[in-house]
Amino acid sequence: MTRTKRVALTDAQIDELGRELDAIRQRVVDDLGAEDRDYIYKIIKWQRGLEVAGRGSLYLGFLPPFWLAGMTALSLSKILDNMEIGHNVMHGQYDWMRDPALNSKVFEWDTACPGDQWRHSHNYLHHTYTNILDKDRDVGYGILRMDESQKWNPYYLGNPVWAFLLMTFFQYGVALHDLETEHVITGKRKLSENKELWQGIWRKTGRQTLKDYVLFPALTGPLFLSTLTANATANLVRNVWAYSIIFCGHFPSGVATFTQEETQNETRGQWYVRQMMGSANISGGKLFHILSGNLSYQIEHHLFPDLPARRYPQIAGEVRALCEKYGLPYNSGRLSRQLGSTWAKIFRLAVPFGLVGVKGTPPAVTVVPDNVSVAA
Amino acid sequence: MTADAAVKLTGLTQPRKLESGSRRRFSPVALFEALATPHGVDRYLELVNPMLTVREMRAEVTDVRRSTADTVTLTMRPTRQWRGFRAGQFVQVSIDIDGVRRTRCYSPACSQHRRDGRIELTVKAHRGGLVSQYLNTHATPGLVVGLSQADGVFSLPDQRPDRVLLISGGSGITPVLSMLRTLCDEGYRGDVAFLHYADTEADVCYRDDLQKIGEQHPNVNVVVAYTTQTSGGDLHGYFRHEHLDAVAPWYSDAEAFLCGPPALMASVREVFDTRGAGQSLHTEEFTPPPIAADDGAVTGTLTFGRSDVAVANAGTTLLEQAEQAGLRPEHGCRMGICFSCTQVKTSGCTRNIRTGETNSDPDTEVQLCISVPVGDVALDI
Repeated sequence: MTRTKRVALTDAQIDELGRELDAIRQRVVDDLGAEDRDYIYKIIKWQRGLEVAGRGSLYLGFLPPFWLAGMTALSLSKILDNMEIGHNVMHGQYDWMRDPALNSKVFEWDTACPGDQWRHSHNYLHHTYTNILDKDRDVGYGILRMDESQKWNPYYLGNPVWAFLLMTFFQYGVALHDLETEHVITGKRKLSENKELWQGIWRKTGRQTLKDYVLFPALTGPLFLSTLTANATANLVRNVWAYSIIFCGHFPSGVATFTQEETQNETRGQWYVRQMMGSANISGGKLFHILSGNLSYQIEHHLFPDLPARRYPQIAGEVRALCEKYGLPYNSGRLSRQLGSTWAKIFRLAVPFGLVGVKGTPPAVTVVPDNVSVAA
Repeated sequence: MTADAAVKLTGLTQPRKLESGSRRRFSPVALFEALATPHGVDRYLELVNPMLTVREMRAEVTDVRRSTADTVTLTMRPTRQWRGFRAGQFVQVSIDIDGVRRTRCYSPACSQHRRDGRIELTVKAHRGGLVSQYLNTHATPGLVVGLSQADGVFSLPDQRPDRVLLISGGSGITPVLSMLRTLCDEGYRGDVAFLHYADTEADVCYRDDLQKIGEQHPNVNVVVAYTTQTSGGDLHGYFRHEHLDAVAPWYSDAEAFLCGPPALMASVREVFDTRGAGQSLHTEEFTPPPIAADDGAVTGTLTFGRSDVAVANAGTTLLEQAEQAGLRPEHGCRMGICFSCTQVKTSGCTRNIRTGETNSDPDTEVQLCISVPVGDVALDI
């Protein structure tokens, strides 16, 4: 297990780093144009095409190759819709195009979670307070123990079980995320605050369920069960894939978490540093990156959540170089390594024998006075 | 054009609320929508043919004609949702340039009674104009653009007036030409005076059409005035009292319709007002919004349209000023990354404090937390 690297930088260095990152962002923003539009529409064409082909194949679902092909095409369609299209469009990455079909405020994705609730919990809460304990609810999603500082209690003995269930039913876990159920249980949040959210969840999940588990199976007549299982399997495949990629974003060992005290009155530069130290990348080929919605470039995504994700591979080299220049870690590894270390953490934190207690954890980033020389 | 019209037309700030499906379950369209949820049927149809749509309206350019050096006349076939127009109204045309969708208003120049279901637009290439230059250079048959339903109050009244005076300058010719052609198609018998201002003969884009109309309809008097060219034409120089007397001495019995550049509009308005005929003059503006000078000075008024609140611009971000004014707009990170605070700017110029870039386009989304007003700004909140 890799310990989180401790980093010491001066205010001036952090400011300079912030300026260099701002410059990268501005350069990309100035370059946005027809290529980006053509790219996302190409991905969308693939997604819609795979969806239609998948659903069509299932009309011959009594033949195993067609069932398999249909289920696979539908899985890929749902993965593309969830990751490269949905997540990125709803981040506002394509709002600059002023295309109402790809406007972050109105876009809906092919999964149980209502877009507006996801935008609130993800775009705003997760991205602003990334990895700040007790502020970023993605640290554990309210049901898992993913950091040593989370106080252990016997419930967490089931950590691997809850994680497995979350993975299997991930789309529903995400759909229920904005309800802040763990806060309702502890009394921090009133049940009545969730009334409208429940209505939204009910509507969206209802329509998704009707589509995948009633209408499309019914249209295939006697193949109802065959189509239903194919659709359920496709949803499962997407759930497992999305869960895995997303969990690799912030949980592999070596990724830092932060306390609220450390991050008070953060400057822009400090915000950037927290995003870099709180995220991890996954290495892979071009197709892997597309299927992961370029969340395999989690560091770049957290630095620039509003830049079209296809730009992350283009700037990754520069970002990595900046990390080296300032002595910051650049956490990147193969999927097997990142995923393995994440699951290892899930198992390890199920038991109360933490390797480092809360009191003994020094902050990941220390800001030293300007007159102290620091090895860069 | 009001903010509400803009929202309706572009659908930008209306999240497509997923309504309860049980009531509509048994109609074929409802079934297709339920199968195509959440994206909608159009998103699948457009992969086959962009002109195949259920909800969205588009138009395909079928003919391109260039009758002057800096104008292009486009004939377009709208998709089936097109409900026609009243002579004088405008449509919003959307086109993607460098990945960004641009929307501009144009008035169809054809008669509203045109039988083949097509509409004709004439676009003058403005110096420094993005869309007008693009259309002039790149429009070809087959180009598909976004289209809105016709809108606008500038149109011939249903009860046609006894006499009609149509005045235009430059590209303002389109709505009044539509009125002229419509009246001709209706066999209108009253006096019609069509007074058009252009720099030179070569700048009159409908020269031949106008001549033919004048010849075929004895009640129509087509008068072309050149502001620069001194030879030819019927009148010279800019609009003034003498022009009105020469063209339509009966103006006090007529309804007058005017569309053109600001100077022409101002002169005509002044002459009519002086003669106490201001009530009979109807106008349509065609000028782009003025680009506010961004010199760092904090000036102007910030208006919150839906809340009926207006404050003097304090120079801080739109979000801060809205909150100071007692509004509670949705917000998130307050640093420009989460887009929670995005709202529609109805008009005015704003500066993005992250990039320094200014934006003067009307009816555009802006992030309240990182935009400051430059001069007068109106927000749809």
